[in-house]
Amino acid sequence: MTIWIDAIIQGVLVGGLYALFAMGLSLMFGIMRLVNVAHGDLVILMSFIGLMVVEGLGLQPFAAMAVVVPIALCMGYALQRGVLNHTISKDPLRSLIVTFGISIVIQNLLLAFHSADTRAIHSAGLESQSLPIAENLAVGVLPVIMFATAVMLTAGLQWLFGSTRIGRAFRATSDDDGAAALMGINNAHIYALATAIAIGILGVAGVFHGMRTTFAPTDGPALLIYAFQAVIIGGMGSFWGTLAGGVLLGIAQAIGARIDPGWGVLAGHLMFVAVLLFKPNGFFPKTR
Amino acid sequence: MSALLSTHALKAWYGDFQALFGIDFEIRAQEIVAIIGANGAGKSTFLKAITGVLPVAPGNVVFKGRPIGGRKAHRVVAEGIAMVPEGRRLFPSLSVEENLCMGAYAKRPGPWSLEKVYGLFPVLKEKRKVPGTALSGGQQQMVAIGRALMSNPELLICDEISLGLAPTVIKEIYAALERITRDGLTAIIVEQDVLTAERVSQRLYCFQEGRVSLQGNSRDLTHEQISHAYFGV
Repeated sequence: MTIWIDAIIQGVLVGGLYALFAMGLSLMFGIMRLVNVAHGDLVILMSFIGLMVVEGLGLQPFAAMAVVVPIALCMGYALQRGVLNHTISKDPLRSLIVTFGISIVIQNLLLAFHSADTRAIHSAGLESQSLPIAENLAVGVLPVIMFATAVMLTAGLQWLFGSTRIGRAFRATSDDDGAAALMGINNAHIYALATAIAIGILGVAGVFHGMRTTFAPTDGPALLIYAFQAVIIGGMGSFWGTLAGGVLLGIAQAIGARIDPGWGVLAGHLMFVAVLLFKPNGFFPKTR
Repeated sequence: MSALLSTHALKAWYGDFQALFGIDFEIRAQEIVAIIGANGAGKSTFLKAITGVLPVAPGNVVFKGRPIGGRKAHRVVAEGIAMVPEGRRLFPSLSVEENLCMGAYAKRPGPWSLEKVYGLFPVLKEKRKVPGTALSGGQQQMVAIGRALMSNPELLICDEISLGLAPTVIKEIYAALERITRDGLTAIIVEQDVLTAERVSQRLYCFQEGRVSLQGNSRDLTHEQISHAYFGV
């Protein structure tokens, strides 16, 4: 029995990381109907930037986040304002193709500068510390921190969207960009802020990912799939739904991995297919 | 008295299709001017050109003595031109109150506040937590007008605000509009209903196929003149 409880708990915690991957994807799609195919590669890019900050400046990983996140915010803003805003149109193919191209560019730049070796961000033993919560049951300190961060960021995003002036502007622009412009909203700026937040979250997610496991320049597309799955399982347009989607994906993977170590990722995909078949709008779609 | 807003030989295109062929228009402060015309006469295009939705040459549109033609829509609001768009275009995922707050996004100082809008349309205060699009058509129109007023405009533009509403509701909306304009707001009213347009305005322009086919004091124009200008027969 304990091994299944353990599997579920580990799945929930790693689900927090998947939710961090997915939030920005959900945010960008929600506001701009833009599917960012380079999202997974941006996670890996942030892992590498985190690695460079940790090794280059000699900072602890959490201190490194204070450097990586501002870089990520600026990159997000510049990426949207400089490139992606020009691809936004009624035709979703343009942004798909451009972000697909960005994905390839990021992978190859990382290969050119960092080689294909797998790397890791070391955090002075934090990655192997654990907290006992019952007999024969313990949780890792790092996964607990990741999950708590995901919950806090979800609550933060929900508050930002629900209760602030800028959040109102995000929702208004998402509803009707033309009417939003008549209210004095500069859509190009709002879109860039949305992408800045989306990529800023990846600054956190990328460093966590690098602390939790090893990473290599071409790992991005696999992470993109987890992010997509979390968004769709949770249901479009709700941040708590995205968190729940990440958690469900994590649980499915953890349980699959207990049945057979090779089945973890497969179990996640099977659960995703089941959701598409039986609940195609996800578990917590925002109803309008 | 000089014009608050004027256009000079205003031309506008949708791609290769020319929709406006040199419109000369002016409105003085505290005036209400109506624009009438058949479908496709260029009324909505004209409003798009003024509000920056369609690109035009700078000197084509002059507001308070400054050329504003071709300025982006989100900057025109800050100048003091607010639009009640055709079809209301409320934000469906925002409540009534949030919709009204969006009007204040440009942060222009002035007399309008949520309280003052609720004073003008008391029914909106009861429904302030409801999604904007859950209201009746007339109430939605009140939200759209309130939202435009929240930007503290000097010039209010109303595009077809009576469209699809019951006659009693139209009367109520125009009564509210008269109260607002009595306080000194300038307004351009685009109307399909010629009688309403004549009644609420001091001056009137009739558009036909992208040109001004008639203009004058609303009271002086005869029905023959208007129907000739309207239909071109």
